[in-house]
Amino acid sequence: MTSAAETEAPPIVALEGVGKRFVKRLDVAMKLANMLGSDLREEVVQAVDDVHMAVREGEVVGLVGESGCGKSTLGRVVAGVHRATSGRMLYRGDDVSHLGDRAARDVRLKIQMIFQDPMSSLNPRFRVADIIGEAPKVHGIVGRGELDGYVDEMMRHVGLDASYKRRYPHQFSGGQRQRIGIARALAVKPEFLVCDEAVAALDVSIQAQVLNLFMRLREDFGLTYLFISHDLGVVEHLSDRVMIMYLGRIVEEAPTEALFATPNHPYTQALLAEVPRLEAKRRAYTPVKGEIPSPLNPPSGCHFHPRCPHALQRCRDEAPVLREIAPGRRSACHLNDRA
Amino acid sequence: MANGNRILEVEGLRTHFFTKAGVVKSVDDVSFTLDRGQVLGLVGESGSGKSVTGFSIMGLVDPPGRVVAGRIVFRGTDLAHLDEEAMRAIRGRRIAMIFQDPMMTLNPVLRIDTQMIEALQAHEQISDDDARARARDALGQVGIPSPEQRLKAYPHQFSGGMRQRVAIAIALLHHPDLIIADEPTTALDVTIQGQILYEVQKLVREQGTALIWITHDLSVVAGLADEICVMYAGRAVETGHVADVIERPLHPYTRGLINSVPSRNPRGQPLRQIQGVAPTPLKLPPGCAFQDRCPRADARCHSMPELSQPVAGHSVRCFRPHLEEAAA
Repeated sequence: MTSAAETEAPPIVALEGVGKRFVKRLDVAMKLANMLGSDLREEVVQAVDDVHMAVREGEVVGLVGESGCGKSTLGRVVAGVHRATSGRMLYRGDDVSHLGDRAARDVRLKIQMIFQDPMSSLNPRFRVADIIGEAPKVHGIVGRGELDGYVDEMMRHVGLDASYKRRYPHQFSGGQRQRIGIARALAVKPEFLVCDEAVAALDVSIQAQVLNLFMRLREDFGLTYLFISHDLGVVEHLSDRVMIMYLGRIVEEAPTEALFATPNHPYTQALLAEVPRLEAKRRAYTPVKGEIPSPLNPPSGCHFHPRCPHALQRCRDEAPVLREIAPGRRSACHLNDRA
Repeated sequence: MANGNRILEVEGLRTHFFTKAGVVKSVDDVSFTLDRGQVLGLVGESGSGKSVTGFSIMGLVDPPGRVVAGRIVFRGTDLAHLDEEAMRAIRGRRIAMIFQDPMMTLNPVLRIDTQMIEALQAHEQISDDDARARARDALGQVGIPSPEQRLKAYPHQFSGGMRQRVAIAIALLHHPDLIIADEPTTALDVTIQGQILYEVQKLVREQGTALIWITHDLSVVAGLADEICVMYAGRAVETGHVADVIERPLHPYTRGLINSVPSRNPRGQPLRQIQGVAPTPLKLPPGCAFQDRCPRADARCHSMPELSQPVAGHSVRCFRPHLEEAAA
């Protein structure tokens, strides 16, 4: 956060203490049961907990974590799908929640999202031309007369044959469908793409093609990415900076090379140790203990302490703060205080 | 054949599906062997026929599919020509299968103990108490904490990783000679995948079970398997020892796959991708199915290359294998 503040231009997206809580309220039957003496409480999940981050223009930030860690929720908050329950999100220095209707809509268009499963994010009853052309038409980005040519252009950008635009999504392969999703996002001229596991469902050879496409589009359109993935290999290849998330909190943030060379947080170290590598060497797998705990009832103090090989008493009592351990590097671990 | 350790020998296996739209040759000439305690990584992308190969061995191919040719010799018996009655005595007992989605194995409305005891009593004359003890031990073996209590739980009370452990425990109940694992860790997180790989590695080592690990991810089997068989469009295109296949791949497809893995590329540079997409199984080109995507293809590739063994113990189905590098 501090390092970003030093550069002159405000970061394109900044989160200041953003949190997202989901509450499952009691229904009538449950309230009735409570009147009769049961003890039912609202279930609260703090999916995202006090996240500070800043993404500079043109940067690719990788967001890594296991299922249920809140990485997708954070991505959705950034994309404006979810509203943060605490904290502020700034777009080019402006607090998004204080913008007027028109400006807020513009910001929402500038930040687009690419989803994991293109089949569930593309309307199966729409032709490709309508899927890509709908938003620019509605938002007046292109005139009615130019729409046809504009759709063709978008399809060419993502490597799709424009003669297929009368087809429906099911007539395409998985990789092509993902390209349709990317073309749809590009069609509203975004500056920032949130890619949520955008290549996770693709075959290895197709995954490489789509990753190359992302890198080319970054050059061609000057895009900034928040790249959410559980795949460390993909994130390492693509990102300038990586954030590691565990149970709603960012536990470590560092430039990609530094993070992979010298992971600081014990959770990052465990993650890196588990990644299967393409080396024909018998590996003795030495797993990190336990599983990611339920976010309904997270452990006290540092959320990672029950699985951490170095846990101290202090880790059970007190949540470590994410603080700078080297220029551009932050980590949330009490062990750093000992050095 | 005289090898007493030989568990499985698959030779020229062809499994075709006779659909209205035409014949889909899901598996078209696949051969490999597997010894006691050995791990074979069966690698391929979606639609390559790797799962159907597993189902064929288990005798689980349903119409319109059928094993049309080849032999599946399991400890001296050809499973391809076994009747359903005899197959049932082997399936689940001598050969077990683990699926990607453990909910395919587990019945959601029955407790774990009910399911495990039932699985035991289906093949063995065994009392409820003995069966329960065996089930408990099996759960302990795969690293499930407090197995006695967990026996009484329903599948939905387990996390994804724990469910997969239960599925593995059920596969282990009869101490099978062969386990076929079809993408068992694909849906799991890396740390949980690490835990499962650890348990599986330990079990194979301790019990001498032979294992076929079906996956799309070469890096998972690189650290686990002894042998690797790479499939493309229903055909085995390359088979060999794991070090040979990963370090000195002969087939242009295997080479392309390895080169497209992000960690094998300089950071931030475009990945060395394979062009194009896999052909639809109904309209395979005559000859090599990879020719349209292959940087080395020439006129010869319009006819079908046979499996050859240019390097001892390392076979490839290609007219122009990467022998230059392999020799170096």
